[in-house]
Amino acid sequence: MSAVAAPSVYAGGASVIAVGVLLAEFGMFRQALLRDQVRLYAAQSALISVLAVLVAAARHLPELYVLGALSAGLKVVIVPLVLRRLLRGIGRTGGQDGAGRDGAGAAADAGPGWTDIAGSGSLSVASTVLLAIAVAAFGFFAVGALDIHSPVLPPIALSISVSVSLVAFVLMIMRRDVASQAIGFLALENGISLTALVVAAGMPLILEVAFLFDLLVAVVVFELLIRVHHGRADSLSTAGLTRLRG
Amino acid sequence: MLVVILLLLAAPFAAALVSLRAPARVTQAVTAVTGVGCFALVLALVPAASQHDLAYLSYLRIDAVSVVFLLATSFLYAAVAVYSIGYLARSRDADPGFARYSRRLYAGLNLFAWTMLAAPMMSNLALLWIAVEVTTVISALLVAIEDTDGAAEAAWKYILIASAGLGLALLATIFAYYAGAQVLGAHYDLSFAPLLQAGGRLPHTPVRLAFGLAVLGFGTKMGLVPMHTWLPDAHSEAPTPVSALLSGSLLAVSFYAILRYYQVAVAALGPRFPRDVLLAFGVASLLLAALYLFDQRDVKRLLAYSSVEHMGILAIGVSFGAPIALAGVLLHVLAHAAAKGNAFMGAGVLVRKFGGKRISAIGGGLDLLPWSGPLFGIAVLALCAMPPFGIFRSEFEIVQGGLAASSNAAAAVLIVLVTVAFLGLSITVNRMLLAPRPGGQAAGGAAALTRGEPSTWMVVPVVAGVAALLVLGVHPPAELTGLLARAVHQLGAAA
Repeated sequence: MSAVAAPSVYAGGASVIAVGVLLAEFGMFRQALLRDQVRLYAAQSALISVLAVLVAAARHLPELYVLGALSAGLKVVIVPLVLRRLLRGIGRTGGQDGAGRDGAGAAADAGPGWTDIAGSGSLSVASTVLLAIAVAAFGFFAVGALDIHSPVLPPIALSISVSVSLVAFVLMIMRRDVASQAIGFLALENGISLTALVVAAGMPLILEVAFLFDLLVAVVVFELLIRVHHGRADSLSTAGLTRLRG
Repeated sequence: MLVVILLLLAAPFAAALVSLRAPARVTQAVTAVTGVGCFALVLALVPAASQHDLAYLSYLRIDAVSVVFLLATSFLYAAVAVYSIGYLARSRDADPGFARYSRRLYAGLNLFAWTMLAAPMMSNLALLWIAVEVTTVISALLVAIEDTDGAAEAAWKYILIASAGLGLALLATIFAYYAGAQVLGAHYDLSFAPLLQAGGRLPHTPVRLAFGLAVLGFGTKMGLVPMHTWLPDAHSEAPTPVSALLSGSLLAVSFYAILRYYQVAVAALGPRFPRDVLLAFGVASLLLAALYLFDQRDVKRLLAYSSVEHMGILAIGVSFGAPIALAGVLLHVLAHAAAKGNAFMGAGVLVRKFGGKRISAIGGGLDLLPWSGPLFGIAVLALCAMPPFGIFRSEFEIVQGGLAASSNAAAAVLIVLVTVAFLGLSITVNRMLLAPRPGGQAAGGAAALTRGEPSTWMVVPVVAGVAALLVLGVHPPAELTGLLARAVHQLGAAA
């Protein structure tokens, strides 16, 4: 896999999928509706599952088939379902008592666009994307300079996976509604899964399964707390979360 | 010993299941018995763990370092289990939702204690991460349990910040696997002991990455500045028994995780890099927390910043690296658990008595609360490292270790900042305990409070905590010194 020779089909395909994961994350920046963001998250997770299966086939690591299937089941099907159910439930209650809501800080889900995403108050979408590109580039080159070689995937995949994680932080920081922040966290988890696939493909399956189970628990708790937040603030916006300071 | 360990793992979980079904009185009794029983079980582990490491069933491994953290957690679990009986006593009659609230609080408390007891028993860095992550999700639910705007806000900030932090800690785990797999082969399962043995053969870059990410990630949960922002919110908005567990045990468990990575990093890279990292975070935490202590209006936030301060002291203590400093650090974990648990439980009584957390509304506590007033005062003095309590001994040892390691500047900074923190904490607490209650007389009969304790159950565990602090400060028992000596050897052996 030297820099001069053309990459093999496997290496090229794997890199393309890794880039796809990163692009899906950038796609999340421009989505205006939560529903679309959940869809992008599912697509991103699907890409990672495909990559797991690809590595399993090319490198003869049968455990990764199981991991790919489990992670697809959880992250492409179950988690998006949980999130959609949550958004539907919130949309219903939000629609009913939306009229009596006071306007302060509740702009995020006013009117029929109840799942509008509240972007950063200080940066436009374009500036946010520029910031994310800068962060991604930093991660990409910083990790490229490290002396860490993946046993199964081309080195570029590690750089991309770290970029995915860093961009997820931008996503979490720049969004001002609880559901998008939760999706930012899930995207971070996807970035970490990708990193795990690159540098720790041989990790025992039982641990990987435990990580996935843990993700499921976390998602359920996130969902509960989003409901709590929505129940109190009658909005997904975090603009009102300024009581505790000092 | 295996029976003891399995009981420790099973009992709190069983108590949580009971809490979901049984009536409130049964739950209270079961939880109190389980809490005290767990503490007794951990005490039973001490003699064996001071002799040799206990490893069972390939996933359980308990050495002297783990037992120190188990002691801290189980002591607070017992204290909080008893305290909760009094904490919930008043709302029982008044509130129609009491049964539901009590069920959720007790189930959560038991599960929370269960995960925190499980974390130090794991033989495996991946399982350790999972245990810490589960403590996060359970404690986030416990923070949200009070049905207020503040609690919802604190719980959201907590789960988001802590989960993001633990994401970094997961990356640390993955890089630790990568480092281990280079030496131990692809089927390496992230067990801690072989990683430590591989020591100097581990590749440097991934170990460096793993340690840095672990300090950032677990440090978020430990409350190191600048990742501490969730901590004052969560501690102040959670119910008092939960605040005590958060501060005394949860932060300690996260520190335990950092210590494990510290051991690996020292074995692979030598002491320089890990100590510098911890020193930087420690001084930042201590500095910021000491300054914030001066300007607090909420008694539980005051104690939360004091926790940040003490976590900074722990990080600085480890960075000194001298054996006496490490002994001080481990003793500090125990003493801080007892003192901070006491302070939160005492503050809980003050809050109950004066009907709010605002410091300005609290005054004359010493007169109005014949037991809890003085006990709260003692707890705060103990937190400020007054002799003859445990924190005095531990901080003294840490400073001594700093001088022994010729980190004179850092030791001096430590002393100055601890003194600043002492000023901030004691000025505020004096006002609450000694100064007359603001507006208490003027408001007339309705606002006048009668002298007396809300509940005996809220006093008993605090008295036990003072006893523990005295034992740790005046004359630690030989078994404990033996345990600490072995733990220090394990932490320092690689250095």
